Amino acid sequence: MKNLTPRRAALRAAFPATIPVMTGFLCLGLAYGVLMQSKGYGPLWSTLMSAVAFGGSMQFVAITLLTAAFDPIQAFLLSVMINARHMFYGLALLDKYRGLGKIRAVLIYTLCDETFSLVSSLEPPPEADRKWYYLCVSLLDYAYWVAGTAAGGLLGNLLTFNTKGMDFALTALFVVLFLEQWKRRENRPAGAASLACAAASLTVCGAENMVIPAMVLVLAVLLGGRKRLCA
Amino acid sequence: MRLTPMETLGIILAVAAGTQLTRWLPFLLFPESREPPRAVTDLGRLLPAAMMGLLVVYCMKDVAWTAPPHGAPEVLAVSAVVLLHRWRGNVLLSIAGGTALYMLLVQAVFV
Repeated sequence: MKNLTPRRAALRAAFPATIPVMTGFLCLGLAYGVLMQSKGYGPLWSTLMSAVAFGGSMQFVAITLLTAAFDPIQAFLLSVMINARHMFYGLALLDKYRGLGKIRAVLIYTLCDETFSLVSSLEPPPEADRKWYYLCVSLLDYAYWVAGTAAGGLLGNLLTFNTKGMDFALTALFVVLFLEQWKRRENRPAGAASLACAAASLTVCGAENMVIPAMVLVLAVLLGGRKRLCA
Repeated sequence: MRLTPMETLGIILAVAAGTQLTRWLPFLLFPESREPPRAVTDLGRLLPAAMMGLLVVYCMKDVAWTAPPHGAPEVLAVSAVVLLHRWRGNVLLSIAGGTALYMLLVQAVFV
Protein backbone atom coordinates (compact mmCIF):
# COMPACT_ATOMS: atom_id res chain seq x y z
CA MET A 1 0.00 0.00 0.00
CA LYS A 2 2.97 2.33 0.20
CA ASN A 3 2.62 2.96 -3.54
CA LEU A 4 -0.89 4.31 -3.08
CA THR A 5 0.03 7.92 -2.50
CA PRO A 6 2.20 8.48 -5.60
CA ARG A 7 -0.43 6.65 -7.64
CA ARG A 8 -3.25 8.73 -6.26
CA ALA A 9 -1.17 11.84 -6.90
CA ALA A 10 -0.77 10.67 -10.49
CA LEU A 11 -4.53 10.34 -10.95
CA ARG A 12 -5.10 13.68 -9.28
CA ALA A 13 -2.71 15.32 -11.75
CA ALA A 14 -3.93 13.39 -14.78
CA PHE A 15 -7.68 13.92 -14.48
CA PRO A 16 -7.76 17.75 -14.77
CA ALA A 17 -5.33 17.54 -17.68
CA THR A 18 -7.73 15.27 -19.55
CA ILE A 19 -10.87 17.37 -19.05
CA PRO A 20 -10.50 19.08 -22.46
CA VAL A 21 -10.12 15.66 -24.04
CA MET A 22 -13.19 14.45 -22.13
CA THR A 23 -15.24 17.24 -23.68
CA GLY A 24 -13.84 16.67 -27.14
CA PHE A 25 -14.10 12.90 -26.99
CA LEU A 26 -17.56 12.72 -25.45
CA CYS A 27 -18.77 15.16 -28.10
CA LEU A 28 -16.99 13.42 -30.98
CA GLY A 29 -17.67 9.93 -29.68
CA LEU A 30 -21.30 10.94 -29.42
CA ALA A 31 -21.23 12.25 -32.99
CA TYR A 32 -19.58 9.02 -34.10
CA GLY A 33 -22.14 6.84 -32.32
CA VAL A 34 -24.99 8.88 -33.81
CA LEU A 35 -23.46 8.78 -37.30
CA MET A 36 -22.95 5.02 -37.09
CA GLN A 37 -26.54 4.67 -35.90
CA SER A 38 -27.75 6.68 -38.89
CA LYS A 39 -25.92 4.24 -41.20
CA GLY A 40 -27.61 1.26 -39.57
CA TYR A 41 -24.87 0.32 -37.07
CA GLY A 42 -26.19 0.25 -33.50
CA PRO A 43 -24.36 1.03 -30.23
CA LEU A 44 -22.82 -2.45 -30.00
CA TRP A 45 -21.03 -2.08 -33.33
CA SER A 46 -19.93 1.51 -32.81
CA THR A 47 -18.70 0.77 -29.26
CA LEU A 48 -16.87 -2.34 -30.45
CA MET A 49 -15.12 -0.31 -33.15
CA SER A 50 -14.14 2.36 -30.63
CA ALA A 51 -12.92 -0.14 -28.02
CA VAL A 52 -10.95 -2.40 -30.38
CA ALA A 53 -9.69 -0.06 -33.10
CA PHE A 54 -9.63 3.15 -31.00
CA GLY A 55 -8.97 4.96 -34.25
CA GLY A 56 -10.37 8.47 -33.72
CA SER A 57 -10.71 10.23 -37.05
CA MET A 58 -10.03 6.98 -38.88
CA GLN A 59 -13.28 5.64 -37.48
CA PHE A 60 -15.15 8.42 -39.26
CA VAL A 61 -13.40 7.43 -42.48
CA ALA A 62 -14.23 3.80 -41.75
CA ILE A 63 -17.95 4.63 -41.86
CA THR A 64 -17.58 4.92 -45.62
CA LEU A 65 -15.85 1.51 -45.62
CA LEU A 66 -18.76 0.02 -43.69
CA THR A 67 -21.26 1.34 -46.21
CA ALA A 68 -19.40 0.24 -49.36
CA ALA A 69 -18.39 -3.15 -50.79
CA PHE A 70 -16.49 -5.33 -48.24
CA ASP A 71 -12.77 -4.57 -48.62
CA PRO A 72 -10.66 -5.31 -45.51
CA ILE A 73 -7.34 -4.84 -47.36
CA GLN A 74 -8.32 -1.30 -48.28
CA ALA A 75 -9.47 -0.75 -44.68
CA PHE A 76 -6.07 -1.93 -43.37
CA LEU A 77 -4.01 0.15 -45.81
CA LEU A 78 -6.15 3.22 -45.30
CA SER A 79 -5.79 2.85 -41.52
CA VAL A 80 -2.01 2.64 -41.82
CA MET A 81 -1.87 5.71 -44.07
CA ILE A 82 -4.33 7.87 -42.16
CA ASN A 83 -2.76 6.94 -38.82
CA ALA A 84 0.83 7.12 -40.06
CA ARG A 85 1.25 10.17 -37.83
CA HIS A 86 1.20 7.79 -34.83
CA MET A 87 4.67 6.67 -35.90
CA PHE A 88 5.89 10.20 -35.24
CA TYR A 89 4.18 10.19 -31.86
CA GLY A 90 5.99 6.97 -31.00
CA LEU A 91 9.31 8.49 -32.03
CA ALA A 92 8.60 11.51 -29.85
CA LEU A 93 7.70 9.32 -26.87
CA LEU A 94 10.53 6.76 -27.09
CA ASP A 95 12.30 8.47 -24.22
CA LYS A 96 9.30 9.12 -21.96
CA TYR A 97 7.92 5.61 -22.40
CA ARG A 98 11.28 3.97 -21.65
CA GLY A 99 11.55 1.48 -18.80
CA LEU A 100 7.88 1.41 -17.84
CA GLY A 101 7.52 -2.37 -17.87
CA LYS A 102 4.28 -4.09 -18.76
CA ILE A 103 2.08 -1.01 -18.79
CA ARG A 104 4.09 0.26 -21.76
CA ALA A 105 2.00 -2.04 -23.95
CA VAL A 106 -1.20 -0.37 -22.71
CA LEU A 107 0.27 3.08 -23.33
CA ILE A 108 1.22 2.14 -26.87
CA TYR A 109 -2.13 0.45 -27.62
CA THR A 110 -4.09 3.52 -26.52
CA LEU A 111 -1.73 6.17 -27.97
CA CYS A 112 -3.80 8.81 -29.79
CA ASP A 113 -3.46 12.42 -30.93
CA GLU A 114 -4.84 13.81 -27.69
CA THR A 115 -2.93 11.54 -25.28
CA PHE A 116 0.24 12.27 -27.22
CA SER A 117 -0.43 16.00 -26.99
CA LEU A 118 -0.91 15.81 -23.24
CA VAL A 119 1.96 13.53 -22.26
CA SER A 120 4.37 15.27 -24.64
CA SER A 121 3.60 18.77 -23.38
CA LEU A 122 2.84 18.26 -19.68
CA GLU A 123 5.10 16.90 -16.95
CA PRO A 124 3.57 15.09 -13.97
CA PRO A 125 4.22 16.73 -10.57
CA PRO A 126 7.25 15.34 -8.67
CA GLU A 127 5.14 13.57 -6.01
CA ALA A 128 3.23 11.61 -8.65
CA ASP A 129 4.23 8.23 -10.00
CA ARG A 130 5.26 9.09 -13.59
CA LYS A 131 4.28 5.69 -14.95
CA TRP A 132 0.81 5.92 -13.41
CA TYR A 133 0.38 9.46 -14.65
CA TYR A 134 0.87 8.32 -18.25
CA LEU A 135 -1.37 5.34 -17.63
CA CYS A 136 -4.15 7.51 -16.14
CA VAL A 137 -4.04 9.99 -19.04
CA SER A 138 -4.08 7.16 -21.59
CA LEU A 139 -6.87 5.16 -19.98
CA LEU A 140 -9.04 8.18 -19.18
CA ASP A 141 -8.84 9.36 -22.80
CA TYR A 142 -9.60 5.85 -24.01
CA ALA A 143 -12.57 5.58 -21.65
CA TYR A 144 -14.00 8.94 -22.76
CA TRP A 145 -13.94 7.88 -26.37
CA VAL A 146 -15.55 4.51 -25.78
CA ALA A 147 -18.15 5.96 -23.37
CA GLY A 148 -18.97 8.79 -25.77
CA THR A 149 -19.46 6.33 -28.59
CA ALA A 150 -21.74 4.13 -26.50
CA ALA A 151 -23.78 7.16 -25.41
CA GLY A 152 -24.08 8.37 -29.01
CA GLY A 153 -25.18 4.96 -30.19
CA LEU A 154 -27.79 4.72 -27.44
CA LEU A 155 -29.04 8.30 -27.78
CA GLY A 156 -29.08 7.93 -31.55
CA ASN A 157 -32.12 5.72 -31.05
CA LEU A 158 -33.97 8.48 -29.22
CA LEU A 159 -32.67 11.74 -30.60
CA THR A 160 -33.00 12.87 -34.18
CA PHE A 161 -31.12 16.16 -34.23
CA ASN A 162 -29.08 17.48 -37.09
CA THR A 163 -25.46 16.45 -36.46
CA LYS A 164 -24.11 18.13 -39.59
CA GLY A 165 -20.93 19.99 -38.72
CA MET A 166 -20.53 18.37 -35.31
CA ASP A 167 -17.28 16.74 -36.37
CA PHE A 168 -15.76 20.21 -36.55
CA ALA A 169 -14.99 19.67 -32.85
CA LEU A 170 -12.00 17.60 -34.03
CA THR A 171 -10.68 20.51 -36.11
CA ALA A 172 -11.28 22.94 -33.25
CA LEU A 173 -9.41 20.64 -30.86
CA PHE A 174 -6.31 20.56 -33.04
CA VAL A 175 -6.43 24.30 -33.71
CA VAL A 176 -6.45 24.83 -29.93
CA LEU A 177 -3.63 22.32 -29.35
CA PHE A 178 -1.65 24.01 -32.12
CA LEU A 179 -2.12 27.36 -30.35
CA GLU A 180 -1.04 25.73 -27.08
CA GLN A 181 2.19 24.51 -28.74
CA TRP A 182 2.61 27.94 -30.34
CA LYS A 183 2.77 29.55 -26.88
CA ARG A 184 6.29 28.18 -26.52
CA ARG A 185 8.54 30.27 -28.74
CA GLU A 186 10.97 27.45 -29.45
CA ASN A 187 8.15 25.40 -31.00
CA ARG A 188 7.16 28.03 -33.54
CA PRO A 189 9.61 27.22 -36.38
CA ALA A 190 8.55 23.55 -36.37
CA GLY A 191 4.85 24.48 -36.12
CA ALA A 192 5.00 27.02 -38.95
CA ALA A 193 7.07 24.70 -41.14
CA SER A 194 4.59 21.86 -40.70
CA LEU A 195 1.66 24.10 -41.68
CA ALA A 196 3.54 25.06 -44.85
CA CYS A 197 4.55 21.46 -45.63
CA ALA A 198 1.02 20.14 -45.11
CA ALA A 199 -0.54 22.94 -47.17
CA ALA A 200 1.95 22.33 -50.00
CA SER A 201 1.25 18.60 -49.90
CA LEU A 202 -2.50 19.21 -49.96
CA THR A 203 -2.18 21.56 -52.95
CA VAL A 204 0.10 19.29 -54.96
CA CYS A 205 -1.12 15.80 -54.04
CA GLY A 206 -4.79 16.45 -53.28
CA ALA A 207 -6.94 15.57 -50.29
CA GLU A 208 -6.80 11.79 -50.75
CA ASN A 209 -3.01 11.50 -50.87
CA MET A 210 -1.73 14.35 -48.73
CA VAL A 211 -0.77 12.56 -45.50
CA ILE A 212 2.33 10.60 -46.49
CA PRO A 213 3.95 13.35 -48.65
CA ALA A 214 3.23 15.87 -45.88
CA MET A 215 4.91 13.61 -43.31
CA VAL A 216 7.94 13.09 -45.59
CA LEU A 217 8.23 16.86 -46.12
CA VAL A 218 7.93 17.59 -42.39
CA LEU A 219 10.51 14.90 -41.68
CA ALA A 220 12.91 16.37 -44.26
CA VAL A 221 12.52 19.92 -42.93
CA LEU A 222 12.94 18.87 -39.29
CA LEU A 223 15.94 16.65 -40.04
CA GLY A 224 17.47 19.44 -42.12
CA GLY A 225 16.93 22.09 -39.51
CA ARG A 226 17.24 20.05 -36.32
CA LYS A 227 20.71 21.28 -35.41
CA ARG A 228 19.52 24.88 -35.44
CA LEU A 229 16.07 24.15 -33.99
CA CYS A 230 17.34 22.00 -31.12
CA ALA A 231 20.23 24.28 -30.17
CA MET B 1 -25.76 -0.58 -48.02
CA ARG B 2 -24.78 -2.47 -44.87
CA LEU B 3 -22.20 -5.20 -44.41
CA THR B 4 -22.98 -8.55 -42.80
CA PRO B 5 -21.94 -8.96 -39.12
CA MET B 6 -18.89 -11.05 -40.06
CA GLU B 7 -17.85 -8.50 -42.69
CA THR B 8 -18.33 -5.67 -40.19
CA LEU B 9 -16.11 -7.53 -37.71
CA GLY B 10 -13.55 -8.00 -40.48
CA ILE B 11 -13.47 -4.24 -41.16
CA ILE B 12 -13.15 -3.49 -37.44
CA LEU B 13 -10.21 -5.88 -37.09
CA ALA B 14 -8.57 -4.54 -40.27
CA VAL B 15 -8.87 -0.95 -39.01
CA ALA B 16 -7.53 -2.06 -35.59
CA ALA B 17 -4.58 -3.92 -37.14
CA GLY B 18 -3.62 -1.01 -39.38
CA THR B 19 -3.93 1.51 -36.56
CA GLN B 20 -1.99 -0.62 -34.07
CA LEU B 21 0.83 -1.16 -36.57
CA THR B 22 1.38 2.60 -36.70
CA ARG B 23 1.42 2.77 -32.90
CA TRP B 24 3.90 -0.07 -32.35
CA LEU B 25 6.35 0.44 -35.22
CA PRO B 26 8.64 3.10 -33.65
CA PHE B 27 8.87 1.13 -30.40
CA LEU B 28 9.75 -2.04 -32.33
CA LEU B 29 12.32 -0.21 -34.51
CA PHE B 30 14.03 1.44 -31.53
CA PRO B 31 13.80 -1.04 -28.65
CA GLU B 32 14.46 0.05 -25.08
CA SER B 33 17.72 -1.87 -24.91
CA ARG B 34 19.40 0.46 -27.41
CA GLU B 35 19.94 4.20 -27.28
CA PRO B 36 18.19 5.77 -30.33
CA PRO B 37 20.39 7.85 -32.67
CA ARG B 38 20.72 11.58 -32.02
CA ALA B 39 18.57 12.43 -35.07
CA VAL B 40 15.68 10.42 -33.60
CA THR B 41 16.00 12.16 -30.22
CA ASP B 42 15.96 15.59 -31.92
CA LEU B 43 12.92 14.58 -33.95
CA GLY B 44 11.19 13.57 -30.74
CA ARG B 45 11.71 17.12 -29.46
CA LEU B 46 10.42 18.83 -32.61
CA LEU B 47 7.59 16.54 -33.65
CA PRO B 48 4.93 17.48 -31.06
CA ALA B 49 4.58 21.04 -32.39
CA ALA B 50 4.98 19.97 -36.00
CA MET B 51 2.29 17.30 -35.79
CA MET B 52 -0.29 19.78 -34.49
CA GLY B 53 0.22 21.90 -37.62
CA LEU B 54 -0.16 18.86 -39.83
CA LEU B 55 -3.34 17.80 -38.03
CA VAL B 56 -4.91 21.24 -38.48
CA VAL B 57 -4.29 21.20 -42.25
CA TYR B 58 -5.40 17.58 -42.44
CA CYS B 59 -8.77 18.55 -40.98
CA MET B 60 -9.14 21.18 -43.73
CA LYS B 61 -8.31 18.82 -46.57
CA ASP B 62 -11.86 18.29 -47.86
CA VAL B 63 -12.80 21.97 -48.02
CA ALA B 64 -13.78 22.99 -51.57
CA TRP B 65 -12.04 26.37 -51.88
CA THR B 66 -12.98 26.97 -55.51
CA ALA B 67 -16.72 26.32 -55.18
CA PRO B 68 -19.20 28.41 -53.16
CA PRO B 69 -19.10 29.05 -50.21
CA HIS B 70 -15.29 28.91 -50.79
CA GLY B 71 -14.52 27.51 -47.34
CA ALA B 72 -16.26 30.39 -45.58
CA PRO B 73 -17.73 28.23 -42.75
CA GLU B 74 -14.30 26.71 -42.04
CA VAL B 75 -12.45 30.03 -42.17
CA LEU B 76 -15.02 31.74 -39.94
CA ALA B 77 -15.19 28.90 -37.42
CA VAL B 78 -11.40 28.48 -37.19
CA SER B 79 -11.08 32.25 -36.76
CA ALA B 80 -13.64 32.04 -33.97
CA VAL B 81 -11.64 29.27 -32.27
CA VAL B 82 -8.42 31.31 -32.51
CA LEU B 83 -10.07 34.50 -31.23
CA LEU B 84 -11.89 32.69 -28.42
CA HIS B 85 -8.67 30.98 -27.39
CA ARG B 86 -6.68 34.23 -27.50
CA TRP B 87 -9.40 35.94 -25.49
CA ARG B 88 -10.19 33.44 -22.73
CA GLY B 89 -7.55 30.72 -23.15
CA ASN B 90 -10.16 28.17 -22.14
CA VAL B 91 -9.73 25.00 -24.19
CA LEU B 92 -13.29 23.80 -23.66
CA LEU B 93 -14.86 27.17 -24.47
CA SER B 94 -12.79 27.57 -27.65
CA ILE B 95 -13.75 24.13 -28.95
CA ALA B 96 -17.42 24.35 -28.01
CA GLY B 97 -17.81 27.89 -29.36
CA GLY B 98 -16.11 27.15 -32.68
CA THR B 99 -18.07 23.95 -33.19
CA ALA B 100 -21.41 25.59 -32.37
CA LEU B 101 -20.67 28.40 -34.84
CA TYR B 102 -19.64 25.91 -37.51
CA MET B 103 -22.82 23.86 -37.06
CA LEU B 104 -24.90 27.02 -37.29
CA LEU B 105 -23.07 28.11 -40.45
CA VAL B 106 -23.39 24.81 -42.34
CA GLN B 107 -26.94 24.11 -41.18
CA ALA B 108 -28.58 27.54 -41.40
CA VAL B 109 -26.38 30.04 -43.25
CA PHE B 110 -24.45 28.34 -46.09
CA VAL B 111 -26.97 25.65 -46.92
